[in-house]
Amino acid sequence: MEKRNLTCIVCPMGCALEVTLEGGKVLSVTGNTCPRGEQYAREECTHPTRVLTTTVRVEGGERPVVPVKTAAPIPKERLFDAMEEARSLSVRAPVRIGEIIKEDLCGTGIPLKAAADIGKGRNI
Amino acid sequence: MKDFDLVIIGGGPAGMAAALAAQEQGVRDLLILDREPQLGGILEQCIHNGFGLHRFQEELTGPEYAARFASRVEQEKIPYRLDTMVLDLSVCPDGGKIVTAVSPSEGYRKIRARAVVLAMGCRERPRGALNIAGTRPAGIYTAGAAQKFVNMKGMLPGKRAVILGSGDIGLIMARRMTLEGAKVEAVCELMPYSGGLTRNIVQCLEDFGIPLLLSHTVVNIRGRERLTGVTIAAVGPDRKPIPGTERDIPCDTLLLSVGLIPENELSKSAGVQLDPVTGGAVVDECRQTSVPGVFACGNVLHVHDLVDFVSEEAEIAGKQAAAYLQKGGMDGETFPVSAGEGVRYVVPQRIRRGAEPFSLYFRVRDVAKNARIVVECNGKQIASRKKRRAAPGEMENFPLTAAQLAGVDGPVTVRLEKEGE
Repeated sequence: MEKRNLTCIVCPMGCALEVTLEGGKVLSVTGNTCPRGEQYAREECTHPTRVLTTTVRVEGGERPVVPVKTAAPIPKERLFDAMEEARSLSVRAPVRIGEIIKEDLCGTGIPLKAAADIGKGRNI
Repeated sequence: MKDFDLVIIGGGPAGMAAALAAQEQGVRDLLILDREPQLGGILEQCIHNGFGLHRFQEELTGPEYAARFASRVEQEKIPYRLDTMVLDLSVCPDGGKIVTAVSPSEGYRKIRARAVVLAMGCRERPRGALNIAGTRPAGIYTAGAAQKFVNMKGMLPGKRAVILGSGDIGLIMARRMTLEGAKVEAVCELMPYSGGLTRNIVQCLEDFGIPLLLSHTVVNIRGRERLTGVTIAAVGPDRKPIPGTERDIPCDTLLLSVGLIPENELSKSAGVQLDPVTGGAVVDECRQTSVPGVFACGNVLHVHDLVDFVSEEAEIAGKQAAAYLQKGGMDGETFPVSAGEGVRYVVPQRIRRGAEPFSLYFRVRDVAKNARIVVECNGKQIASRKKRRAAPGEMENFPLTAAQLAGVDGPVTVRLEKEGE
């Protein structure tokens, strides 16, 4: 049996959660004051995910980089692999907000999308 | 000199929302001025997500949140001038406002306005305001400056960093620098609690194993040309370093996330009365300052943690600026609103008799659990609400109803009461 301590981030209460695990399975969650806390703890202990936000290089744009985000959360343990792939990418201006920069980021099946418009032009 | 009904200084979230609200109320002769090359203000460099949960029930990135407003500004054809720095704001004896601005395309110009909305935002407290001992090498940046380098210029300011201050920008930059391949050695926080949101402590520090050293500060800075390291130390309850706890951390970058200060140089030049606690203007519930026809909203008024409330506040300012223009002034007696026990500040600082329903924005002094917020007028309770948890880092929003406001006939106080008292 293994115990893990988490801080719940669902709301500003910030409950201190204690999760009891056995062989990767959640046996119990304590310390939560609402059901959302238990759900957060279960997800966080079995398959934690995060939305990745970073930047991708832009050629011929008014800015040298465009902010991007994954269209959905990706597994937390893939964040650094995803960063490495994002660093290798580059797009040509103009870039439109919502445009897909990479269809399947790093084999996660989740696309990487532009989060801002970058017009053509010289760097400002 | 060109004449406008309404000039909005700042094209960030506050300025754009104020302009849109004023336009919706029928103001047609308005102009937004901003010193950056694009609308959006600081949101443009805040590429992380989490913006707009209250307003759009979605987690947007900063640029996406800004784009929702910027596209409406374009659609509504609200005029704006970019790369335009406002140098001065003054008030004529007849009540007209003179805005002095400069830009590369139009040079130095004076604009006359019947009303002005101040939406200049805030700036970061710099090293010079901290009195940290040591040398003055390169490699020391405010967290926001580093954020602009990384997210808008595509440049990483260093490879091994220490962050002083656990404000949200510092926490966000700890994650950003780590994702970009830098090593963040520690985040030092002078106070025994963090000034940042819990979710940022979890997702920016704990996710990456970055230590958060509470009750710690930087006591020395080393390096000649470039920063080579800092000395940190634990602090006691008096916030003074405890001798013998010093520890050296080699690093090439020190990021400062030690507080935001509303940028009120223009407000001062216009003679606007400021609140020494918020660093912003003293306003009534319409967000009108002590100078008739000058309104303030967003981070220039008081530093917000969530942009959603900046937009909400700016809409009040824009709408009321429109009402001021249409009615030629705002009348009615106003009463002071003050912060009582356990409360650090309240905005607005004045309430008009017969005010329409609005929300009090305030911050508590210390972390509190199971407390009650009490709003009193002339010592008589007009509203109260239970609060399970309150922290100085999270602004409280207390809506007052028409029925509750009907009882306002004198000075109002907001205080925090421990449950059971």
